[in-house]
Amino acid sequence: MQKYSIFSLVKNALTGHQNWDLAWKDPNPKEEYDVVVIGGGGHGLATAYYLAKEHQITKVAIIEKGWIGGGNVGRNTTIIRSNYMHDENGLFSEFGMDLWRKMSQDLNYNVMFSPRGIINLAHSDAQMNAYARRGNSMRLNGIDAVLLNREEVKEIIPMADFSDNVRFPIFGGLMQPSAGTARHDAVAWGYARQADSMGVDIIQNCEVTGFDVSAGKIKGIRTSRGNIKAKKVGLCVAGSTNILAEKLNMTLPIETHLLQACVSEPVKPVLDKVVTFGAGHFYISQSDKGEMVMGGDLDGYNSYAQRGNLPTLQHVLTEGIAMMPFLSKLKMLRTWGGIMDMSMDGSPIIDKTHIDGLYLNCGWCYGGFKATPASGWTFAHTIAQDRVHELNAGYSLNRFSTGHLIDEKGLGTKTWIS
Amino acid sequence: MLHIKCPHCGIRSQNEFSYGGDATVKRPELNKEVTDQEWDNFVYNRVSPRGKHLELWQHLSGCRQWIKVERDTATHEIFNTYKANEEIA
Repeated sequence: MQKYSIFSLVKNALTGHQNWDLAWKDPNPKEEYDVVVIGGGGHGLATAYYLAKEHQITKVAIIEKGWIGGGNVGRNTTIIRSNYMHDENGLFSEFGMDLWRKMSQDLNYNVMFSPRGIINLAHSDAQMNAYARRGNSMRLNGIDAVLLNREEVKEIIPMADFSDNVRFPIFGGLMQPSAGTARHDAVAWGYARQADSMGVDIIQNCEVTGFDVSAGKIKGIRTSRGNIKAKKVGLCVAGSTNILAEKLNMTLPIETHLLQACVSEPVKPVLDKVVTFGAGHFYISQSDKGEMVMGGDLDGYNSYAQRGNLPTLQHVLTEGIAMMPFLSKLKMLRTWGGIMDMSMDGSPIIDKTHIDGLYLNCGWCYGGFKATPASGWTFAHTIAQDRVHELNAGYSLNRFSTGHLIDEKGLGTKTWIS
Repeated sequence: MLHIKCPHCGIRSQNEFSYGGDATVKRPELNKEVTDQEWDNFVYNRVSPRGKHLELWQHLSGCRQWIKVERDTATHEIFNTYKANEEIA
């Protein structure tokens, strides 16, 4: 594989950029693989990469219905953080933070990881207490957390509304300085390029239509491009999880919902942190191009549409304007939607299933992008070793029936309430 | 914007309603032994189909009645709405 560097850039510039190697090939499916990963999104690509890199399993195919990186890894708001209170989520995400910090070097691909910090705003004394508790839990797990008072927040984000006459005054906030953003498409492409170079087949425009299971063991998959035999199959399909589960006669603690995001027109640098509104559900950061990247609530009803409705967008942006009034002056550049695999406790599932050789990776809710490396790493481990790693042991499928929920937000089983 | 026909009030915009989830989920009968699996299915497990979906909505900013809505989860088309206690063929 061609290494990307200043020298390869100069060399190729001299020949008019006509001689770059293809970043990944476009192979036809082979008859059989050791592992088939269904879903060519961030998690699927990362899984294939870590299968090859950490476990030397290279007879691997990624099966993607559309094109790689066309789902949620290309639709998210690029936020990376590990500011969780519960051990399962905190330790898993902090492991991921280490992978994020090394990712550009590891993949030889600039993912533009920008650890600019995230601030969750608090709007009451009770919320400050809750954040103090969360911050302490984070620090016990080795995650950086700083509790900020109102004045300290004002120094960092003076453009937020600190006037006296507001419905939700800013009391302070919880900051994770090491959190940040990354270039989402580059993450997918970087993993794809490395996985491909180690022998993984990336098969696009190939829809999974069924599974071959006999005597409780997976034998292969059926696709729009023929049958493929496989010793092991990993499902990494986010919002399409329920559709494939139905083909396996499985009912999962997951509902598929619609989440929108939007960007404003680009403006000069104004916001160098990720900020979330604490009295509702709204988050914002500024991209390198200058656009304000914003998101918030689910549309609130089961949907596979990948496009949203205006009432939710209006609701979300009303919160944004309450938090940072200058946003009302900006023009909206673009809005879009993606479909989320909303689990019943808000935490993901990375586990084996009752079918031998079939593995499940789903339930990422609002937080799939930041989990990409840790999800791929632990899922690859789970598939290769046929047992869960201690990092994803809590993300079991049966935790709902045994009562070991990881309910970070304390919302219960109504996935559409946020 | 979805336009939902409340069987009590007529066509209203989506903002007047709140969502209540899958309407086909049935609470287990309590006068018999209920297995863990049955509780699991009732509380957590959902089919979440792509296509026709029968779901509960509440006309929260209207008559406050719960209703059933038959809606396509891929196109958002609404086929039919029913009163909450209406039997559906």
